[in-house]
Amino acid sequence: VKTCLVVDDSRVIRKVARRIVEGLGYEVAEAADGGEALAWCRAAMPTAILLDWNMPAMNGLEFLHELRRQPGGEAPTVVFCSVENDPARIREAVDAGAAEYIMKPFDSDIIAAKFEQAGLS
Amino acid sequence: MTPADITQLVRLCRDRAGLEISPDKSYLIETRLTAVARREGFTSAADLMAAIRAGREDRLGWAAIEAMTVSQTTFFRDRAAFALLGESLLPYLAGRRGHEPIRLWSAGCATGAEAYSMAMTVADSALSAETRVEIVGSDISERALEKARSGLFTQFEVQRGLPVRKLLAHFIKHEDSWAVSPRLRTAVQWKRENLIGDLRQSGPFDVIFCRHVLSMLDGAIRRRVIDAMVTALTPDGCLVLGPGEGGEDVGQGLRSAPQVPELYCRDPSVFMAA
Repeated sequence: VKTCLVVDDSRVIRKVARRIVEGLGYEVAEAADGGEALAWCRAAMPTAILLDWNMPAMNGLEFLHELRRQPGGEAPTVVFCSVENDPARIREAVDAGAAEYIMKPFDSDIIAAKFEQAGLS
Repeated sequence: MTPADITQLVRLCRDRAGLEISPDKSYLIETRLTAVARREGFTSAADLMAAIRAGREDRLGWAAIEAMTVSQTTFFRDRAAFALLGESLLPYLAGRRGHEPIRLWSAGCATGAEAYSMAMTVADSALSAETRVEIVGSDISERALEKARSGLFTQFEVQRGLPVRKLLAHFIKHEDSWAVSPRLRTAVQWKRENLIGDLRQSGPFDVIFCRHVLSMLDGAIRRRVIDAMVTALTPDGCLVLGPGEGGEDVGQGLRSAPQVPELYCRDPSVFMAA
């Protein structure tokens, strides 16, 4: 079973993204910030993580660094999904180990295309 | 628009550009032509068609045809074709051309995503510094070419098909848009070309990408266009069509690669490279 953790502090965005990712054949769980996402991952590593950047408590980049330090934390394919569209910041996310990067606003075509480019089918 | 207007437009598109427009799509036709009519100072699509009928300005007929060719295009559409180009065709041709340039053609390039994707593929391939590659993007629509030349794409456009690493490597953020890098911009030459015209002067090309174009053309004209493109191909060059656009009998001694159905060549030794 392919699983995806959708991490975003906006409930509306989580709901929209969830529906799209479910349409790609994933079982989806949601987290509202990096800390909550990390708790999910410690319990069971998902196949993919759709990750917002700016969130209270622990932001997306901090979460990604923390995730990669966990046992098995190299496994999930991380796709950032953020309003941040400055090339230098995008590069920072890619260097930290994000496989792909989505600039908000997104639609189902973009998520599908980015998942494919990230090697997620 | 009256049924006679629709029939006239369908005929105009077929005769001048080989385009097959279904008269059933009258809603689409009227929507697109109304936009052209407004731009050209007419009150309606019917008035525009009357002016075209009166033969007042040749330009108006072409404006109507251009509006009907508008189609969606994305970077690296059908990614396999670009992997084929970068990993097989370019190294093969580089070995055979030496210091002569390898010439690539994006036929029916619309707003340029395919030609720029070719340029990125060249830039990111492991070709030696001596290998020169020339890329031509052509389209029947001057408006599409204008956008292609500008090299400016929206955030939506650069996210459909373009991997983020290629975005970072080849684009510069410009206000709310993304601009292709100067290197990419100078890598492509743009040219207005009607594929149903004489293409012998256009070549020769080593690789022609003509994808999602033939399917828009009238059946009888399709074969003629393929034959014309073959006249613009080098003896060991190849034609790459879109998925499902080929078929057994493509014409003019072309053979399709056993393992890559969209790749057509006259010289089967190319297939060894693919």
